[in-house]
Amino acid sequence: MASILWISTRKGAFALRASANGRTYRLVGPEFLGHIIHHIVQDPRDRHVLLMAAKTGHLGPTVFRSVDRGRTWREASQPPAFPKAAEGETPRAVERVFWLTPGHASEPNAWYAGTAPAGLFASTDGGDHWQSVAGFNDHPMRPKWAAGLRTPDGEFLHSILVDPRDRKHLYFAISVGGVFESTDGGKDWAPLNEGCAADFLPDPNVPYGHDPHCVVMHPLRPDRLYQQNHCGIYRIDRPDRRWIRIGKAMPQSIGDVGFPIVLHAEDPDTAWVLPMDGTTVWPRTSIDGKPAIYITRNAGKSWQRLTKGLPERAAWFTVLRQAMCADARNPGGLYFGTTSGEVWASANEGNAWRRIAQHLPEIYAVTHAI
Amino acid sequence: MAESTHCIVNIASPLRSYTGGAAKVNARGATVAEVLADLEQRSKGMRFRIIDEQDRIRPHICLFVGTRRVHSLAEPVVANDELHVICALSGG
Repeated sequence: MASILWISTRKGAFALRASANGRTYRLVGPEFLGHIIHHIVQDPRDRHVLLMAAKTGHLGPTVFRSVDRGRTWREASQPPAFPKAAEGETPRAVERVFWLTPGHASEPNAWYAGTAPAGLFASTDGGDHWQSVAGFNDHPMRPKWAAGLRTPDGEFLHSILVDPRDRKHLYFAISVGGVFESTDGGKDWAPLNEGCAADFLPDPNVPYGHDPHCVVMHPLRPDRLYQQNHCGIYRIDRPDRRWIRIGKAMPQSIGDVGFPIVLHAEDPDTAWVLPMDGTTVWPRTSIDGKPAIYITRNAGKSWQRLTKGLPERAAWFTVLRQAMCADARNPGGLYFGTTSGEVWASANEGNAWRRIAQHLPEIYAVTHAI
Repeated sequence: MAESTHCIVNIASPLRSYTGGAAKVNARGATVAEVLADLEQRSKGMRFRIIDEQDRIRPHICLFVGTRRVHSLAEPVVANDELHVICALSGG
Protein backbone atom coordinates (compact mmCIF):
# COMPACT_ATOMS: atom_id res chain seq x y z
CA MET A 1 0.00 0.00 0.00
CA ALA A 2 1.36 3.42 -0.97
CA SER A 3 2.73 5.43 1.92
CA ILE A 4 2.76 9.22 2.01
CA LEU A 5 4.21 11.66 4.51
CA TRP A 6 2.42 14.98 4.54
CA ILE A 7 4.75 17.81 5.52
CA SER A 8 3.16 20.97 6.91
CA THR A 9 5.53 23.92 6.81
CA ARG A 10 5.57 27.61 7.50
CA LYS A 11 5.67 28.17 3.74
CA GLY A 12 3.38 25.55 2.28
CA ALA A 13 2.45 21.88 2.10
CA PHE A 14 4.66 19.12 0.73
CA ALA A 15 4.32 15.37 0.40
CA LEU A 16 6.92 12.64 0.40
CA ARG A 17 5.62 9.68 -1.57
CA ALA A 18 7.34 6.39 -0.78
CA SER A 19 8.27 3.91 -3.48
CA ALA A 20 6.60 0.49 -3.36
CA ASN A 21 9.44 -1.00 -1.35
CA GLY A 22 9.63 2.08 0.90
CA ARG A 23 13.31 2.65 0.17
CA THR A 24 13.02 5.92 -1.69
CA TYR A 25 10.81 8.97 -1.35
CA ARG A 26 9.74 11.44 -4.01
CA LEU A 27 9.09 15.01 -2.92
CA VAL A 28 5.82 16.43 -4.26
CA GLY A 29 4.78 20.06 -3.93
CA PRO A 30 4.72 22.70 -2.74
CA GLU A 31 0.98 23.06 -2.52
CA PHE A 32 -0.27 26.42 -1.22
CA LEU A 33 3.24 27.89 -1.42
CA GLY A 34 3.58 30.69 1.12
CA HIS A 35 0.72 29.52 3.31
CA ILE A 36 1.37 28.69 6.94
CA ILE A 37 0.27 25.07 7.23
CA HIS A 38 -0.15 23.77 10.77
CA HIS A 39 -1.61 20.30 10.21
CA ILE A 40 -2.60 17.91 7.42
CA VAL A 41 -4.59 14.89 8.56
CA GLN A 42 -5.97 11.93 6.65
CA ASP A 43 -9.42 10.59 7.56
CA PRO A 44 -9.00 6.96 8.68
CA ARG A 45 -12.71 6.37 7.92
CA ASP A 46 -12.31 7.43 4.28
CA ARG A 47 -8.71 7.63 3.20
CA HIS A 48 -9.54 9.76 0.18
CA VAL A 49 -10.31 12.63 2.56
CA LEU A 50 -7.68 14.96 4.00
CA LEU A 51 -8.05 18.21 5.90
CA MET A 52 -5.42 20.94 6.04
CA ALA A 53 -5.22 23.80 8.58
CA ALA A 54 -3.88 26.93 6.90
CA LYS A 55 -3.45 30.67 7.00
CA THR A 56 -0.99 33.15 5.55
CA GLY A 57 0.99 35.94 7.14
CA HIS A 58 -1.70 38.38 6.01
CA LEU A 59 -4.89 36.41 5.67
CA GLY A 60 -7.10 34.85 8.29
CA PRO A 61 -7.24 31.16 9.16
CA THR A 62 -9.04 28.53 7.15
CA VAL A 63 -9.32 24.84 6.41
CA PHE A 64 -8.81 23.18 3.05
CA ARG A 65 -10.37 19.83 2.17
CA SER A 66 -9.39 17.18 -0.30
CA VAL A 67 -11.57 14.24 -1.27
CA ASP A 68 -9.04 12.76 -3.70
CA ARG A 69 -6.05 12.00 -1.45
CA GLY A 70 -4.58 15.47 -1.79
CA ARG A 71 -4.66 15.88 -5.57
CA THR A 72 -7.07 18.82 -5.36
CA TRP A 73 -8.14 21.03 -2.46
CA ARG A 74 -11.19 23.17 -1.77
CA GLU A 75 -11.64 25.70 0.98
CA ALA A 76 -14.16 25.01 3.75
CA SER A 77 -17.40 26.93 3.26
CA GLN A 78 -17.43 27.98 6.91
CA PRO A 79 -14.02 27.80 8.64
CA PRO A 80 -13.77 27.67 12.45
CA ALA A 81 -14.84 31.00 13.98
CA PHE A 82 -16.05 32.11 17.38
CA PRO A 83 -19.64 33.39 17.64
CA LYS A 84 -20.18 37.12 17.32
CA ALA A 85 -19.62 38.64 20.77
CA ALA A 86 -22.71 39.93 22.53
CA GLU A 87 -22.76 43.39 24.06
CA GLY A 88 -20.32 43.45 26.97
CA GLU A 89 -18.55 40.24 25.98
CA THR A 90 -14.89 40.14 25.05
CA PRO A 91 -14.73 39.55 21.28
CA ARG A 92 -12.69 36.52 20.25
CA ALA A 93 -11.33 35.71 16.83
CA VAL A 94 -9.58 32.57 15.64
CA GLU A 95 -6.00 33.46 14.71
CA ARG A 96 -4.90 29.98 13.65
CA VAL A 97 -6.44 26.59 13.12
CA PHE A 98 -3.71 24.57 14.76
CA TRP A 99 -4.96 21.01 15.17
CA LEU A 100 -7.28 18.61 13.33
CA THR A 101 -8.68 15.33 14.65
CA PRO A 102 -11.10 12.98 12.88
CA GLY A 103 -14.19 12.14 14.93
CA HIS A 104 -15.36 8.76 16.14
CA ALA A 105 -15.62 5.86 13.68
CA SER A 106 -19.40 5.81 14.20
CA GLU A 107 -19.68 9.43 12.98
CA PRO A 108 -18.20 9.30 9.47
CA ASN A 109 -18.12 13.05 8.76
CA ALA A 110 -17.29 14.30 12.24
CA TRP A 111 -14.09 16.27 12.79
CA TYR A 112 -12.66 18.41 15.58
CA ALA A 113 -10.36 21.40 15.27
CA GLY A 114 -8.28 23.17 17.90
CA THR A 115 -7.34 26.80 17.45
CA ALA A 116 -5.31 29.68 18.78
CA PRO A 117 -6.54 31.37 20.90
CA ALA A 118 -7.71 28.19 22.57
CA GLY A 119 -10.99 27.15 20.99
CA LEU A 120 -12.65 23.84 20.17
CA PHE A 121 -14.64 23.50 16.97
CA ALA A 122 -16.56 20.63 15.41
CA SER A 123 -17.74 19.73 11.94
CA THR A 124 -20.40 17.18 11.07
CA ASP A 125 -19.98 17.41 7.29
CA GLY A 126 -16.43 16.35 6.70
CA GLY A 127 -14.85 19.69 7.54
CA ASP A 128 -16.87 21.93 5.21
CA HIS A 129 -18.78 23.79 7.95
CA TRP A 130 -17.46 24.28 11.49
CA GLN A 131 -19.33 25.14 14.68
CA SER A 132 -18.03 26.45 17.97
CA VAL A 133 -18.18 23.81 20.72
CA ALA A 134 -19.95 25.95 23.31
CA GLY A 135 -19.39 23.36 26.05
CA PHE A 136 -15.79 24.49 26.15
CA ASN A 137 -15.62 27.81 24.30
CA ASP A 138 -18.35 29.31 26.49
CA HIS A 139 -17.60 27.31 29.64
CA PRO A 140 -17.68 29.62 32.66
CA MET A 141 -14.20 28.38 33.61
CA ARG A 142 -12.69 28.87 30.16
CA PRO A 143 -11.18 32.30 30.94
CA LYS A 144 -9.28 30.67 33.80
CA TRP A 145 -8.43 27.41 32.03
CA ALA A 146 -7.14 29.29 28.98
CA ALA A 147 -5.85 32.43 30.61
CA GLY A 148 -3.92 33.72 27.64
CA LEU A 149 -0.48 32.48 28.71
CA ARG A 150 0.39 32.03 25.07
CA THR A 151 3.34 30.29 23.51
CA PRO A 152 5.35 32.46 21.06
CA ASP A 153 2.95 31.45 18.25
CA GLY A 154 -0.22 31.68 20.30
CA GLU A 155 -2.34 29.87 22.85
CA PHE A 156 -2.92 26.51 21.22
CA LEU A 157 -5.69 23.99 21.76
CA HIS A 158 -4.25 20.70 20.54
CA SER A 159 -4.07 16.94 21.07
CA ILE A 160 -7.82 16.41 20.64
CA LEU A 161 -8.42 12.74 21.43
CA VAL A 162 -11.57 10.67 20.85
CA ASP A 163 -12.01 7.46 22.82
CA PRO A 164 -12.56 4.71 20.21
CA ARG A 165 -14.95 2.94 22.65
CA ASP A 166 -17.12 5.99 23.36
CA ARG A 167 -17.64 8.90 21.00
CA LYS A 168 -18.64 11.13 23.91
CA HIS A 169 -15.38 10.61 25.77
CA LEU A 170 -12.95 13.32 24.67
CA TYR A 171 -9.69 14.88 25.78
CA PHE A 172 -7.73 17.90 24.62
CA ALA A 173 -4.80 19.96 25.80
CA ILE A 174 -4.03 23.66 25.89
CA SER A 175 -0.64 25.32 25.80
CA VAL A 176 -0.79 26.94 28.27
CA GLY A 177 -3.76 25.60 30.23
CA GLY A 178 -3.46 21.86 30.78
CA VAL A 179 -5.26 18.66 29.85
CA PHE A 180 -9.07 18.54 29.93
CA GLU A 181 -11.60 15.72 29.68
CA SER A 182 -15.24 15.48 28.67
CA THR A 183 -17.45 12.43 29.15
CA ASP A 184 -20.58 13.92 27.56
CA GLY A 185 -19.51 14.70 24.03
CA GLY A 186 -18.03 18.10 24.85
CA LYS A 187 -20.93 19.62 26.78
CA ASP A 188 -18.82 19.88 29.94
CA TRP A 189 -15.12 19.63 30.68
CA ALA A 190 -12.88 19.09 33.69
CA PRO A 191 -9.12 19.47 34.16
CA LEU A 192 -6.97 16.34 34.32
CA ASN A 193 -3.57 17.54 35.46
CA GLU A 194 -2.92 16.01 38.85
CA GLY A 195 0.67 14.84 39.11
CA CYS A 196 1.92 17.15 36.33
CA ALA A 197 4.51 19.75 37.21
CA ALA A 198 4.05 23.41 36.41
CA ASP A 199 7.47 24.63 37.51
CA PHE A 200 7.01 27.96 35.75
CA LEU A 201 4.09 28.99 37.98
CA PRO A 202 4.41 30.59 41.42
CA ASP A 203 2.33 27.72 42.79
CA PRO A 204 3.28 24.54 40.92
CA ASN A 205 0.44 22.57 42.56
CA VAL A 206 -2.43 23.97 40.55
CA PRO A 207 -5.39 22.09 39.03
CA TYR A 208 -4.82 23.76 35.63
CA GLY A 209 -2.39 26.17 34.01
CA HIS A 210 0.05 23.43 32.91
CA ASP A 211 1.80 23.28 29.56
CA PRO A 212 1.17 19.94 27.84
CA HIS A 213 3.08 19.93 24.55
CA CYS A 214 1.59 16.73 23.15
CA VAL A 215 -0.86 14.16 24.52
CA VAL A 216 -1.53 10.82 22.84
CA MET A 217 -3.91 7.92 23.49
CA HIS A 218 -3.13 4.35 22.56
CA PRO A 219 -5.85 3.13 20.18
CA LEU A 220 -5.68 -0.42 21.48
CA ARG A 221 -5.65 0.62 25.11
CA PRO A 222 -7.57 3.91 25.22
CA ASP A 223 -7.30 4.13 28.99
CA ARG A 224 -3.60 4.77 28.54
CA LEU A 225 -2.44 8.28 27.71
CA TYR A 226 1.08 9.59 27.40
CA GLN A 227 2.05 13.22 27.60
CA GLN A 228 5.15 15.21 26.67
CA ASN A 229 4.81 18.29 28.81
CA HIS A 230 6.90 21.44 29.09
CA CYS A 231 7.76 19.99 32.50
CA GLY A 232 8.41 16.32 31.82
CA ILE A 233 7.10 13.11 30.29
CA TYR A 234 4.03 11.48 31.83
CA ARG A 235 1.74 8.47 31.58
CA ILE A 236 -1.71 7.91 33.02
CA ASP A 237 -3.83 4.76 33.08
CA ARG A 238 -7.44 5.70 33.56
CA PRO A 239 -9.53 5.67 35.63
CA ASP A 240 -6.52 6.97 37.60
CA ARG A 241 -6.57 10.73 37.81
CA ARG A 242 -2.88 11.17 38.56
CA TRP A 243 -0.19 11.37 35.90
CA ILE A 244 3.07 9.52 36.62
CA ARG A 245 6.28 11.27 35.60
CA ILE A 246 7.92 8.55 33.52
CA GLY A 247 10.49 11.08 32.36
CA LYS A 248 12.22 10.63 35.71
CA ALA A 249 13.71 7.47 34.22
CA MET A 250 15.45 9.46 31.47
CA PRO A 251 19.20 10.11 31.95
CA GLN A 252 19.67 13.16 34.14
CA SER A 253 22.01 14.75 31.62
CA ILE A 254 19.24 14.59 28.99
CA GLY A 255 16.20 15.43 31.05
CA ASP A 256 12.63 15.03 29.87
CA VAL A 257 11.81 18.22 27.99
CA GLY A 258 10.59 17.99 24.40
CA PHE A 259 7.63 18.53 22.11
CA PRO A 260 6.37 15.32 20.45
CA ILE A 261 5.61 11.90 21.90
CA VAL A 262 4.71 9.09 19.51
CA LEU A 263 3.20 5.67 20.19
CA HIS A 264 3.73 2.28 18.58
CA ALA A 265 0.64 1.25 16.63
CA GLU A 266 0.42 -2.19 18.25
CA ASP A 267 2.28 -1.98 21.55
CA PRO A 268 0.87 0.36 24.22
CA ASP A 269 4.09 0.02 26.22
CA THR A 270 6.27 1.49 23.46
CA ALA A 271 6.72 5.23 22.97
CA TRP A 272 9.32 7.52 21.44
CA VAL A 273 10.37 11.04 22.44
CA LEU A 274 12.91 13.45 21.05
CA PRO A 275 14.43 15.38 23.96
CA MET A 276 15.15 19.09 23.61
CA ASP A 277 17.41 21.32 25.66
CA GLY A 278 15.31 22.86 28.42
CA THR A 279 18.12 24.45 30.40
CA THR A 280 18.86 28.14 31.06
CA VAL A 281 16.96 30.14 28.41
CA TRP A 282 15.31 27.02 26.95
CA PRO A 283 17.05 26.69 23.56
CA ARG A 284 14.74 23.75 22.67
CA THR A 285 17.36 22.28 20.37
CA SER A 286 18.84 18.80 20.34
CA ILE A 287 20.92 18.48 23.46
CA ASP A 288 24.57 19.46 22.96
CA GLY A 289 23.92 19.47 19.20
CA LYS A 290 23.59 15.67 19.22
CA PRO A 291 20.08 14.63 18.14
CA ALA A 292 18.76 11.45 19.75
CA ILE A 293 15.49 9.60 19.94
CA TYR A 294 14.63 7.86 23.20
CA ILE A 295 12.41 4.79 23.24
CA THR A 296 10.66 3.08 26.10
CA ARG A 297 9.36 -0.46 25.63
CA ASN A 298 7.98 -0.79 29.15
CA ALA A 299 5.61 2.17 29.45
CA GLY A 300 8.29 4.49 30.74
CA LYS A 301 10.10 2.41 33.34
CA SER A 302 13.30 2.75 31.31
CA TRP A 303 14.48 4.47 28.13
CA GLN A 304 17.10 3.66 25.50
CA ARG A 305 18.97 6.14 23.32
CA LEU A 306 18.70 5.68 19.53
CA THR A 307 21.12 7.64 17.33
CA LYS A 308 22.30 5.40 14.48
CA GLY A 309 22.32 7.40 11.27
CA LEU A 310 21.60 10.72 12.95
CA PRO A 311 24.30 13.43 12.95
CA GLU A 312 26.85 12.75 15.69
CA ARG A 313 27.56 16.41 16.39
CA ALA A 314 26.79 20.03 15.44
CA ALA A 315 23.13 19.36 14.59
CA TRP A 316 20.86 21.78 16.41
CA PHE A 317 17.50 20.27 15.59
CA THR A 318 14.21 21.53 16.90
CA VAL A 319 11.28 19.16 16.34
CA LEU A 320 7.85 20.58 17.09
CA ARG A 321 4.92 18.75 18.69
CA GLN A 322 3.20 17.68 15.45
CA ALA A 323 6.43 16.98 13.58
CA MET A 324 7.02 13.35 14.57
CA CYS A 325 4.86 10.37 13.70
CA ALA A 326 4.81 6.61 13.27
CA ASP A 327 3.16 4.46 10.66
CA ALA A 328 1.10 1.36 11.39
CA ARG A 329 3.65 -1.18 10.18
CA ASN A 330 5.30 -3.78 12.37
CA PRO A 331 8.16 -3.13 12.80
CA GLY A 332 7.03 0.46 12.83
CA GLY A 333 8.30 3.24 10.64
CA LEU A 334 9.10 6.46 12.44
CA TYR A 335 9.50 9.94 10.95
CA PHE A 336 10.32 13.44 12.10
CA GLY A 337 10.79 16.87 10.53
CA THR A 338 12.93 19.70 11.84
CA THR A 339 12.42 23.42 11.96
CA SER A 340 15.47 23.60 9.69
CA GLY A 341 13.56 21.77 6.95
CA GLU A 342 14.90 18.23 7.12
CA VAL A 343 12.82 15.06 7.22
CA TRP A 344 14.29 11.93 8.80
CA ALA A 345 12.93 8.39 8.58
CA SER A 346 13.50 5.08 10.28
CA ALA A 347 12.08 1.83 8.92
CA ASN A 348 12.89 -0.12 12.08
CA GLU A 349 11.37 1.66 15.04
CA GLY A 350 14.13 4.21 15.40
CA ASN A 351 17.07 1.82 15.38
CA ALA A 352 18.57 3.41 12.24
CA TRP A 353 17.82 6.74 10.60
CA ARG A 354 18.31 8.38 7.25
CA ARG A 355 17.48 11.81 5.92
CA ILE A 356 14.80 11.67 3.23
CA ALA A 357 14.35 15.41 2.53
CA GLN A 358 16.19 18.63 3.18
CA HIS A 359 16.03 22.34 2.34
CA LEU A 360 12.31 22.52 3.06
CA PRO A 361 10.83 25.47 4.96
CA GLU A 362 10.39 25.31 8.73
CA ILE A 363 8.46 22.11 9.42
CA TYR A 364 5.42 22.31 11.69
CA ALA A 365 3.92 18.85 11.22
CA VAL A 366 4.68 15.45 9.72
CA THR A 367 1.75 13.08 9.35
CA HIS A 368 1.57 9.63 7.80
CA ALA A 369 -1.09 8.65 5.28
CA ILE A 370 -1.75 5.58 3.16
CA MET B 1 -30.27 53.22 3.78
CA ALA B 2 -27.95 55.03 1.38
CA GLU B 3 -28.26 54.25 -2.29
CA SER B 4 -26.13 51.33 -3.44
CA THR B 5 -23.30 52.55 -5.66
CA HIS B 6 -20.87 51.00 -8.02
CA CYS B 7 -17.18 50.92 -7.15
CA ILE B 8 -13.99 49.22 -8.18
CA VAL B 9 -12.20 46.97 -5.72
CA ASN B 10 -8.45 46.57 -6.07
CA ILE B 11 -7.50 43.10 -4.91
CA ALA B 12 -4.08 42.36 -3.40
CA SER B 13 -2.26 39.37 -4.90
CA PRO B 14 -2.77 37.00 -1.90
CA LEU B 15 -6.53 37.28 -2.48
CA ARG B 16 -6.68 36.81 -6.22
CA SER B 17 -7.33 33.08 -5.89
CA TYR B 18 -10.82 34.25 -4.91
CA THR B 19 -11.27 36.48 -7.96
CA GLY B 20 -10.04 34.13 -10.65
CA GLY B 21 -6.78 36.06 -10.77
CA ALA B 22 -8.41 39.45 -11.31
CA ALA B 23 -6.63 42.45 -9.75
CA LYS B 24 -9.69 44.70 -10.13
CA VAL B 25 -13.30 43.69 -9.68
CA ASN B 26 -16.57 45.57 -9.68
CA ALA B 27 -18.85 45.61 -6.67
CA ARG B 28 -21.84 47.51 -5.34
CA GLY B 29 -22.57 48.97 -1.94
CA ALA B 30 -23.00 52.20 -0.01
CA THR B 31 -20.54 51.19 2.70
CA VAL B 32 -17.40 49.10 2.85
CA ALA B 33 -19.42 46.38 4.60
CA GLU B 34 -21.93 46.30 1.75
CA VAL B 35 -19.22 46.25 -0.90
CA LEU B 36 -17.51 43.32 0.83
CA ALA B 37 -20.84 41.52 1.19
CA ASP B 38 -21.52 42.00 -2.51
CA LEU B 39 -18.06 40.74 -3.36
CA GLU B 40 -18.53 37.70 -1.13
CA GLN B 41 -21.44 36.58 -3.32
CA ARG B 42 -18.98 35.98 -6.16
CA SER B 43 -15.79 35.33 -4.19
CA LYS B 44 -16.93 32.88 -1.51
CA GLY B 45 -14.65 32.78 1.51
CA MET B 46 -12.67 35.93 0.73
CA ARG B 47 -14.31 38.14 3.35
CA PHE B 48 -13.30 35.89 6.26
CA ARG B 49 -9.68 36.00 5.18
CA ILE B 50 -9.64 39.80 5.61
CA ILE B 51 -12.38 40.47 8.19
CA ASP B 52 -12.64 38.42 11.37
CA GLU B 53 -15.77 36.97 12.96
CA GLN B 54 -16.19 40.11 15.05
CA ASP B 55 -16.26 42.28 11.90
CA ARG B 56 -12.79 43.65 12.61
CA ILE B 57 -10.27 44.20 9.84
CA ARG B 58 -7.55 41.58 10.33
CA PRO B 59 -4.24 42.83 11.75
CA HIS B 60 -2.21 42.64 8.54
CA ILE B 61 -4.91 43.88 6.20
CA CYS B 62 -5.47 47.54 5.33
CA LEU B 63 -8.50 48.91 3.53
CA PHE B 64 -8.57 52.28 1.80
CA VAL B 65 -11.41 54.08 0.06
CA GLY B 66 -9.43 56.15 -2.39
CA THR B 67 -6.60 57.41 -0.19
CA ARG B 68 -8.73 57.36 2.96
CA ARG B 69 -7.77 54.62 5.46
CA VAL B 70 -10.76 52.58 6.55
CA HIS B 71 -11.11 51.87 10.26
CA SER B 72 -14.76 50.85 10.26
CA LEU B 73 -16.76 48.75 7.85
CA ALA B 74 -19.45 51.44 8.10
CA GLU B 75 -17.20 53.76 6.10
CA PRO B 76 -19.29 55.18 3.22
CA VAL B 77 -18.52 54.43 -0.40
CA VAL B 78 -19.74 56.77 -3.11
CA ALA B 79 -20.07 56.27 -6.83
CA ASN B 80 -16.83 55.48 -8.64
CA ASP B 81 -14.82 55.20 -5.44
CA GLU B 82 -12.02 52.67 -5.46
CA LEU B 83 -11.74 50.31 -2.51
CA HIS B 84 -8.21 49.03 -2.03
CA VAL B 85 -7.67 45.77 -0.15
CA ILE B 86 -4.01 45.81 0.83
CA CYS B 87 -1.95 43.16 2.57
CA ALA B 88 0.33 45.10 4.88
CA LEU B 89 3.96 44.11 5.14
CA SER B 90 4.32 41.47 7.81
CA GLY B 91 7.04 39.02 8.70
CA GLY B 92 9.38 37.03 6.53
